[in-house]
Amino acid sequence: MISTESDILNTAAAWRRDGRAVALATVIETWGSAPRPVGSHLVVEEDGNFLGSVSGGCVEGAVITEAADAIADGKPRVIEFGVADETAWRVGLSCGGRIRIFVERID
Amino acid sequence: MRADILEGLNAERAGRRAAILVTDIADGTQRLVREADIAGDALAEPLGRHLAAGRSGLIEAGGRTLFLTVQVPPVRLVVVGAVHITQALVPMAAALDLAVTVIDPRTAFASPERFPGVELVADWPEAAFGGAVPPLDRYCALAALTHDPKIDDPALKAALSAECFYIGALGSRKTHAARAVRLIEAGFSEAQMARIRAPIGLAIGAVSPAEIALSVLAQVVAALRRAPREAAS
Repeated sequence: MISTESDILNTAAAWRRDGRAVALATVIETWGSAPRPVGSHLVVEEDGNFLGSVSGGCVEGAVITEAADAIADGKPRVIEFGVADETAWRVGLSCGGRIRIFVERID
Repeated sequence: MRADILEGLNAERAGRRAAILVTDIADGTQRLVREADIAGDALAEPLGRHLAAGRSGLIEAGGRTLFLTVQVPPVRLVVVGAVHITQALVPMAAALDLAVTVIDPRTAFASPERFPGVELVADWPEAAFGGAVPPLDRYCALAALTHDPKIDDPALKAALSAECFYIGALGSRKTHAARAVRLIEAGFSEAQMARIRAPIGLAIGAVSPAEIALSVLAQVVAALRRAPREAAS
């Protein structure tokens, strides 16, 4: 079954209530043919388990790494992926779009 | 995000109330604005605009860049009439992530054998709403498919009163004209009649029950996704 935004946010709350460290990633801006709409979520917990998607698989790995950093230092961050970005050629969006993602720890 | 804000967001969603999470992306500070509080908020105009469109997005306000996470309740589709079209419609609606309830007081139609695994209520619409079926609201679509005024009319009245975002009724133009006369006699307005899509469904030349179901669902999706933009333009 495809997880809905509702499942994702409920899972984030449930993991947090379990005492796990949790970070939430949200697509805040897209340009061109981005695979997931603005507002899409990905939730990650301390062991790297995650639910949801922000790009349909293209950059999830990099987002999960950023989420681990946000869990560690508690600082929210904005990350960007796209064809104009050097890292995009490595993790990149094959569709040619660009996305900005806000990553925050659930405190 | 503070855990209490996340729990608040989830509680509003569970209660089928819209809410907007306002995040300052520079420092991560956040606040949750409930639907009822939007009109009185300092950001009432952009919040109201984003809520109407059902779209999350960035705004600039007071020199800050804010992200609005717009949360509107999951859409419910209530079908009145456990008919052949409905049998075709239910699996298509599930693929569209619409939560479907089928209501029909005729137990020969509303049988689990005809609708396995479907939320099925064998009761009159007026008894079902507020009873076995949660009351209709603005985030509900209602399709009246029995072709029987005794069953369809009460459902349409409930949908009009609840301001459902989509209201469709099966029947020819002539049938609908007679229906409009009855509903206006019952106290509804001409403007409210214009809210009823009748004959139901997009004009795609549908013939089979599955094709009619497709035309109905396409019309529901159009009402959900296009209406706010068209109204704004």
